Amino acid sequence: MKVKVLSRNPDDYVRETKHDIQRVPRNYDPSLHPFEVSREYTRALNATKLERVFAKPFLASLDGHRDGVNCLAKHTRSLSTLLSGSCDGEVKVWNLTKHECVRTLQAHGGFVRGMVVRYCGNSFFTIGDDKTIKQWKMEAPGYGEEEEPLNTILGKTVFTGLDHHQKSGVFATCGQQVDIWDEQRSTPIRSFTWGVDSFSSVRFNPVETELLGSCASDRSIVLYDMRESTPLKKVIMTMRTNTLCWNPMEAYCFTCANEDYNLYTYDMRHLERPIKVHMDHVSAVLDVDYSPTGQEFVSASFDKTIRIFSKDDGHSREVYHTKRMQHVICIKWSADNKYILSGSDEMNIRLWKANAAEKLGVLAPREREAVNYTQKLKEKFQHHPQIRRIARHRHLPKNIYHQKNELRIMKEARRRKEMNVRKHSKPGSVPVVSEKEKHVVSVVK
Amino acid sequence: MARVSRKNGNKKKLKGRCSVPLVGLGDQQLLYEEEEDSMDRGEEDIISSEEDEAEHERKRQKLLEGISTLGGKRKRAQGERSEAAVHMSEFSVNTDGGPGKVKLSDLIGIFEKNPAVPAKSRQQLNNLRRVKKSINSPLSKEETEKIQRDMAFQKAASEVSRWDSIITQNQRAKQLLFPLSQEPAGPRPVERLVAGWNVQTPLEQEIFALLSANKQPSTDPILTPAEEASVRAMSLEEAKIRRAELQKARALQSYYEAKARRDRKIKSKKYHKVQTKAKRKEFLKHFEQMVKTDPAAALQELNKMELARMQERMSLKHQNSSKWAKSKAIMAKYNEEARKAMQQQLEMNRQLTQKLVTPLNDDYEQDEGDTGETDLLPHFVNDAVDGRDASNPWMKGKLTEEPTQKQLNDTMTEAAQVVSTVAAEEEELEAEETEEEALLREFDSNRKLHQAQESDIAGGVFLEEMTEDRAAAEDSEVSDCLSEFTIISRGREKSFKDTEEFNCADFTDGSAQLEERLVRIRTVEDLELLHHDPSAEPGHPPTAKDPPSEEKHMGKSKKKKKGIELKEVLTKETNVIKVPLTPTATDSDDPESKLDQRELIKEAFAGDDVISSFLKDKRRHEDEGKPKVIDLTLPGWGEWGGMGLKPPKRKRKQFRVKSAPRPPRKDQHLPSVIISEKRNTSLTLHQVHSLPFPFEDHGQFESCIRSPLGRTWNTERTVKNVTKPRVVTQLGAIISPMAEEELLKNNNRAVAREGS
Repeated sequence: MKVKVLSRNPDDYVRETKHDIQRVPRNYDPSLHPFEVSREYTRALNATKLERVFAKPFLASLDGHRDGVNCLAKHTRSLSTLLSGSCDGEVKVWNLTKHECVRTLQAHGGFVRGMVVRYCGNSFFTIGDDKTIKQWKMEAPGYGEEEEPLNTILGKTVFTGLDHHQKSGVFATCGQQVDIWDEQRSTPIRSFTWGVDSFSSVRFNPVETELLGSCASDRSIVLYDMRESTPLKKVIMTMRTNTLCWNPMEAYCFTCANEDYNLYTYDMRHLERPIKVHMDHVSAVLDVDYSPTGQEFVSASFDKTIRIFSKDDGHSREVYHTKRMQHVICIKWSADNKYILSGSDEMNIRLWKANAAEKLGVLAPREREAVNYTQKLKEKFQHHPQIRRIARHRHLPKNIYHQKNELRIMKEARRRKEMNVRKHSKPGSVPVVSEKEKHVVSVVK
Repeated sequence: MARVSRKNGNKKKLKGRCSVPLVGLGDQQLLYEEEEDSMDRGEEDIISSEEDEAEHERKRQKLLEGISTLGGKRKRAQGERSEAAVHMSEFSVNTDGGPGKVKLSDLIGIFEKNPAVPAKSRQQLNNLRRVKKSINSPLSKEETEKIQRDMAFQKAASEVSRWDSIITQNQRAKQLLFPLSQEPAGPRPVERLVAGWNVQTPLEQEIFALLSANKQPSTDPILTPAEEASVRAMSLEEAKIRRAELQKARALQSYYEAKARRDRKIKSKKYHKVQTKAKRKEFLKHFEQMVKTDPAAALQELNKMELARMQERMSLKHQNSSKWAKSKAIMAKYNEEARKAMQQQLEMNRQLTQKLVTPLNDDYEQDEGDTGETDLLPHFVNDAVDGRDASNPWMKGKLTEEPTQKQLNDTMTEAAQVVSTVAAEEEELEAEETEEEALLREFDSNRKLHQAQESDIAGGVFLEEMTEDRAAAEDSEVSDCLSEFTIISRGREKSFKDTEEFNCADFTDGSAQLEERLVRIRTVEDLELLHHDPSAEPGHPPTAKDPPSEEKHMGKSKKKKKGIELKEVLTKETNVIKVPLTPTATDSDDPESKLDQRELIKEAFAGDDVISSFLKDKRRHEDEGKPKVIDLTLPGWGEWGGMGLKPPKRKRKQFRVKSAPRPPRKDQHLPSVIISEKRNTSLTLHQVHSLPFPFEDHGQFESCIRSPLGRTWNTERTVKNVTKPRVVTQLGAIISPMAEEELLKNNNRAVAREGS
């Protein structure tokens, strides 16, 4: 008779210290784990639920302005500094970690129309309704010193938009025409005009730094090269574009915020049709900013919401709103890809998390692993109806909700009508026009 | 003022008037030159007097103006216009083509006759006369601007397209790391640390005081500018590539060295003899060539050989005078080997002292002798005998050296086949050479494999290590399966972009839309209460896919059924075996014990016939599933009805509806199983109804779902690999936009890949 005795090496199952994790011997043979899919499904479901429960994106509100916030500017070198300009000509510098205003200056007579921090981070430029461009030092003046701009340029017309070159001392303004300025000179080194129009914003391409894009009031988007004497190309859309933002990781892509509630992502080489149409807002989109990773962008709208879009998705992945937030005028995505800043009509600047359910601060390695794992699980099971239902649910204010439904119905009606027309007319006489092509009127060379 | 200008105009006209007839006269020009000069002088006089007059006039005008201003109203001076009359101008060309028309030949006719004009310019003018093409009129301003814009746009577009490769690479990458240009790991240079830091604590102060007292530089750069430049010039990846190359070279060198060392240590004289002979042969071959190509060098070599011969003749090295030779000579009487050795030495002496007239013949003879000797004893006999025991499983595992040895043997035999006439020793040599080559080839193949892998990764941020252990292989398998989704999705997106069919944005992205409601979620319970959206409601259950094939299948199975009659087999009585009552302490693994247990159970349930009841149950299920005949006849409809009256047969036939037969049951061939084919509707709520967007077929999706991610089912490494987040950012680091350096880096990488 054979007698078998259990004998195990204690090293295999005893921890060295009590702070170690319990060792769990595992057999990975798949035949021993028949329920792996269902177990993972449950985990994914739980993770999704927890994500929705922990989704608390609103972090802080910075109040202090005495009029609506008209423009925001990120500091190029410091993550914790934010600049904001309001409709009464006041500029405030904020410390984001402390949620407090560190400096206030009366920059202009009317609105502060635009603001940009120089690439070195030592000074910033503002433009206002008083037809001036002012350059200010980033540091606050010492005790007894007066708050004075380093440099003031008097323009002939009102400036409406401003942006600074990525690497050299050149900046661009727009108003009745697009001007390129050297910091050392008081007259523009180049000005572009193409027909009579007034421009609402101008942006330098951060990657291909000599290129610019601007939005004109004649519903067009115009591209420029700083080195050329003429503009490059112009695309005219059905409605006016308010602002545009270049993708910081893709040299030829930009997204523009349109009055027709949509955002359009273009490849600058093919302006005939946008790469993507991003829909979801229920009112005019006023501002757009890319995340520094170039994967997503955030938009601010007149409908009092902020939406986050993936650059390849037609619909938003997130919508932020609060009861007290009015029309959102300007929006910025912080340079570390973690936060979103919005300035709105009711004089407040709000700080949001870019990922609503993300835990802030340093994560322990095991915590990080757990987060990564749950993230992948959610991705894996995202098509399952129960999980999708929970992951996609968002609360919307009543009026926006109804407006959205209304829009949906209108759209559906239009589609149905078009279909009926097509059905009852000669085949081929009513062509199918895709959503992308619908909004582009023409491309002017 | 106006008048003055008019005067000047007059002057011009005068000059013109003078010159026009001159052109017409041509050769008389020279004669009149002097006259003209005098005329000009006269004119100048007139002009000067006129200027004086003008001066007076101006003063008068001023005076008049002054007077007029006194009146209060300022009178604007009327400007007088002066226009050149047509008949006076030399530049105007008459349209009527009259005698006044000036031709090019008229203008340049003079130069032909004028000897002062150089021949070259004359030639040019002649050429000009021949050309009759008129220059196109310039485009309008709008047109030119349009062209300029188009050109500029083309330029900008091509410039921007440089980024194409890097962008597609990033789109496909499994993981993206931000910020893009991360500071190199490792200690930072002192000067950068010290720059923004001032002395605070007393200890620090003391140290700095000491440093400054001893004139030690505190902020001196550790690296010289040149070193810094070199550090900057070489990126981490380049350095890695270079290091790998160096390692390889070093390894090769060490192989050679080891081989040389081994060669040197070989005691076999025969081997060395062969070696030297081979070398000599090689040399001679080389020498023959050299005689043809480079006679001077050949002569030198010849001299060297002659010198060696002379030395040999001078010395007594290979004659029987050395200590060893003497001892051998003593031994020679008794020992065969010693005698042989002596003879060999003498032979050597003879060889060396021979004149180098016919070295080839000699060698040939010797070679023949060698082959005769070695043919008797092929080299592979000497190889270690394969002493492995086939029955012993432990001996089946191969040692690491064995494959190479085997390969060596192989190559050796190959060599033997190819060059059968060459001596075996030389064969060995060659084999060793081939070994070297094989090694190199292996290296090459390895490198190629590695490259292929790299290219497969296609711009992934991380270069995956090539590992051969099983775990890693598993890893890659699993991760492949999981990354399938992302890769597919990206690929599909790309293709979508390319094809661009009819895709309204809202239709293609319908799945991506948020479900925005008026309900706010605060707890997990809220989530449970979320109502389902109608689109997520399950559709109709999928019906049988391909009835024809199924039917065929059924037909076949019917035939089979008759032969097997499984049910009968099962319903047979089980014969009970008497179990001995003695207790047995055996392992549960014993098959006999299992059998016993089964019988025990049978014994316990002897009363109720489980099997037959199961079969009944199954038959009932089958019957339920069978399509039923529906009788729709209405008795009394169209004829008499009542007790004992039946509708006619024709009607009964007409109104009986037979539904189509169901597809065969899944448990048809499984006698001991009942598979319920009723759909559980509560499950469908949790199932995916349609194939999600990036996937192309059900298999892909199912395999993606089937492969688990967690560490309960995977090794640690697999989990790490599989759960890598797509975008990684550094906490508190500013992510700056993509810079030109990235492009350069990418280009360098591509170049390196092509080069290696």
